[in-house]
Amino acid sequence: MTLHRLAPRIVTANPLLTLSGVTRRFGTLTALDEVSVEVFPGEVLGIVGESGSGKSTLLRLMNLEDAPDAGVYSLNLPQTPGNLFALDRFDRRMLCALHIGIVYQNPHLGLRMGHSSSGNVAERLLIAGERRFSVLRGKGQQALEASEFPLERMDSPPSELSGGMQQRVQLAKAIALEPALLLLDEPTTGLDVSVQAAVLDTLKGLQRDRRITIVIVSHDLGVIRVMADRVMVMRHGRVVEQGLSDQVFQDPQHPYSQQLVQAKL
Amino acid sequence: MTLAKLTRTWAPMAYGFLDGQAKREMRRKMLKAIAVPGCQMPYASREVPMARGWGTGGLQVTLTLIQPEDRVKVIDQGADDSVNAASIRRFLARVSGAAETWDTQDASLIQSRHRVPEERLGADQILILQVPNPEPLRGVEPNMSTARQMHADADYGRLWLTLYEQIVRSGRIMQGAAYPALVNGRHVMTPSPIPRWDVEKLHMAQHLTFLSAGREKRLHAVPPFTSVTPLAFDDVPFKVEAHGSLTCHRSGITGQFMNELPQSDGGALYEVSDSHLGIKAIRARDGEPDTTGPTWYQDGSFRS
Repeated sequence: MTLHRLAPRIVTANPLLTLSGVTRRFGTLTALDEVSVEVFPGEVLGIVGESGSGKSTLLRLMNLEDAPDAGVYSLNLPQTPGNLFALDRFDRRMLCALHIGIVYQNPHLGLRMGHSSSGNVAERLLIAGERRFSVLRGKGQQALEASEFPLERMDSPPSELSGGMQQRVQLAKAIALEPALLLLDEPTTGLDVSVQAAVLDTLKGLQRDRRITIVIVSHDLGVIRVMADRVMVMRHGRVVEQGLSDQVFQDPQHPYSQQLVQAKL
Repeated sequence: MTLAKLTRTWAPMAYGFLDGQAKREMRRKMLKAIAVPGCQMPYASREVPMARGWGTGGLQVTLTLIQPEDRVKVIDQGADDSVNAASIRRFLARVSGAAETWDTQDASLIQSRHRVPEERLGADQILILQVPNPEPLRGVEPNMSTARQMHADADYGRLWLTLYEQIVRSGRIMQGAAYPALVNGRHVMTPSPIPRWDVEKLHMAQHLTFLSAGREKRLHAVPPFTSVTPLAFDDVPFKVEAHGSLTCHRSGITGQFMNELPQSDGGALYEVSDSHLGIKAIRARDGEPDTTGPTWYQDGSFRS
């Protein structure tokens, strides 16, 4: 391990992801209330909070699956406009395919269960315009290898795989095009503890090797503690506390964060 | 002043079975289809005296185009003499006064099911294909509204994915018919049941092609001199059926698309699929002058 990796990171770069003043209402319910987030290149941001706190809604907005009632979203990438929420359907699809990868808690949302695992990964490359079979095969294999998927099963459909393996296929699909931003929505919830540890290990290794910017949402503080550099605590659609993860976990300021940290088994 | 002086004397106003309004609507949609090659145009599919699924889409296009001076050929799986082809041809002749023909080169309108004739078509000919399914995305996207959106976005990744998986599973592309093809660099169309063999014949062809589905109420067109590119990976080229070495047991023709006739001894005989091409070859063998025109394929490979 080189020295600069051990040294504390001083933020000098511009944020990769900026969300400002994002509000999302569902009828009378305000799921997100003027939330602002900044994520810096190479950083892992953890978002914690109870069910219904708006963390998944926030992630869906980051993946441009949903439109907010108010707010601005920008990614610091070449040739992307100031507010991504204003993109039309076509540009949105291309941007998501090229720059954003996502792993859902429920693999049915992220994978085509009837197609092969390698096909699921290849589809990303096909959307990006890759038309060489050998490259599709090779890059798909690389991505699956990087997410520590057993290659002898690469042509089985995800419906025949275990939960942990399905998450690895989702991860391979997400990183196939080396996206700028990787979104993880409860990636290990529903997996048993040993599989969870293995998947987290893979994620951690990927993050270390590729310096991917990650936003991870979880209700499991253990997962966030292992993965995140910085933590954001959400409640009732608001950010109640944010800070470096050690700081938040050792010395929570907000009463809700204190409760959350104490409640951890 | 008598009524007779105020009105014109009776004369037949329309021919071709469809009424004027129906033809007018068809013509509008056909012109639209030509204007946007490969894009599916919905139309009000009329009742014709034939069951849906038996070529009502093609028949409506033919009825709209046909004129008494036309010469019409109807093909069913390559054959002019099958019941379906014969009855459609007779119907067309009866309602329009057009002449019937079996000869590809002689015909001005060719309505076809499953095949494009082997002889090259010219600029003065129109090919009308009866297709059951005009939607290439049906296999991957059952929701038709979503499929329309995918066409609008040129989002054809999942068609490519299907081809990718065929190669992964079987080592080659298994799609024999309904091979998706990109028309004019924009819309992917399915030429429905016509075999892969025939897809290349539409590429930069001199003739106009209509593909019409009566039950699905949609038609699309490939205008003359329009590119039709079958989807294929850069390193896995498009291949047609390997019929180059087969010989027709009746006419002796080789290198054209063949029908396989399984025999009781387990072997197979082959018969040229374009039946009138075979008839021409047999007549030439029997001493009549050879009227076979230039063909698209020679010895199983495409001549551009």
